Amino acid sequence: MPSKVFNWRISLPQVLLLFFVLVGAAIAHEGAFNDPWLRPDAAPAPDDNLPNASRVKLGEMLFWDPRLSRKSSMSCASCHNPALGWSDGLPTAVGFDMQILGRATPTIINTAFNTIQMWDGRKANLEEQALGPIAAGGEMNLPLGEMVTRLQAIPGYKPEFDKAYPGQGISEVTVARAIASFERTVLSTESPFDRWRKGDEKAISPAAKHGFELFTGKANCAICHQGYNFTDNGFHNIGVKDPGDTPDVGRFAQRKVKSMQGAFKTPTLRDVALTAPYMRNGAYRTLTEVVEHYNRGGDVKDNLDINMVALNLTHEECQDIVAFMESLTGAPRVVNVPALPH
Amino acid sequence: MNQSFFRTLAACLTLSLLVPAYASSTFAVGQLKKAFTVPVIKAKVGDVVTFKNEDEFAHNVFSLSEVQSFDLGSYKKGESRTLTLTTPGTIEVECAIHPEMKMKIEVAK
Repeated sequence: MPSKVFNWRISLPQVLLLFFVLVGAAIAHEGAFNDPWLRPDAAPAPDDNLPNASRVKLGEMLFWDPRLSRKSSMSCASCHNPALGWSDGLPTAVGFDMQILGRATPTIINTAFNTIQMWDGRKANLEEQALGPIAAGGEMNLPLGEMVTRLQAIPGYKPEFDKAYPGQGISEVTVARAIASFERTVLSTESPFDRWRKGDEKAISPAAKHGFELFTGKANCAICHQGYNFTDNGFHNIGVKDPGDTPDVGRFAQRKVKSMQGAFKTPTLRDVALTAPYMRNGAYRTLTEVVEHYNRGGDVKDNLDINMVALNLTHEECQDIVAFMESLTGAPRVVNVPALPH
Repeated sequence: MNQSFFRTLAACLTLSLLVPAYASSTFAVGQLKKAFTVPVIKAKVGDVVTFKNEDEFAHNVFSLSEVQSFDLGSYKKGESRTLTLTTPGTIEVECAIHPEMKMKIEVAK
């Protein structure tokens, strides 16, 4: 029985229109896929610690567990607080027995994409980094052997380790791998900037667009803050003042090369509006102060990075760069605070 | 012609044959897309390596190897730095700014 419902005849203009729509969509998708400013879907992981649900769940428990500190008073989340941009909102971290440490707590957002860890790069990967603050005397101050003994004495942890790392038991290695697996899930969420890059012209303001143009052009920010994670994983002395008489040598402690004196790793700018105060010692309260620092070419000129020069930006241009950085704030992430094993 | 003339001539010919074999070579290494363009160089003492920055941003070249340590400093796009190899052995070369940039120079006598 003939039916108008299934009349598929279409005209040539309709065919052409459909063709161009499909080609346009494919090009747009390909463009977004290849956009160096858009984050890959998943973080890389080593072959011997590929993530799965059990590993992430265990790592999440360990991340929140204060028993991983000497006095059972601090967890990883004490400093890497998700409510404060996975940092602590302090100029510099507060460690064991409330002592004030010398460097700011870096956010762990997208740290899974970093090719080197810590402000001075002293840890090569997330597995190494995960144990560093636990054992550090000024931080959680728990010897790793004691950490393992404590965890082995908590019956509820055994089945979680067995599920996550069958046959490997509770050890320094499995604790590090589990925490690293969880950290690989702490990723930036889609921001207005990302939506703009994907083609939504209304996603960010004209000021933010101009700010990005300056960021990648006149202001020269992208020379270090490169790509989707806004870091070159590199080390630079940007001339930040130290409050005391003894300047922080930074990367030089790891690599005795002149240019590394006072150099620190380029941090991500994802969610940067949530992670004040700024710089490796919390020198600035606002992003405006940060941009002004770069605009005057830094303050301490002794061993300044070769890229650091005065920028001659106007006040309006500085504000536009701030507007761009604010557009990097992702949608709020739902955070699970797990019940800990007993 | 006396005997000493022929001796001198023979010595000169021998030297002229040997010189090309021992002449120093120059190796060109680029720094592009945050990587050294050549991962390993097999060279000999006296050879020269030039490192040219072909990226838009600054690079550095250094080595803390026991064989030969050096720091050629940091330099911008288009600029080069030169290293003369002085000691046999393996030299691990890095960029201090971008630590994932690494290469090796295997230096023979």
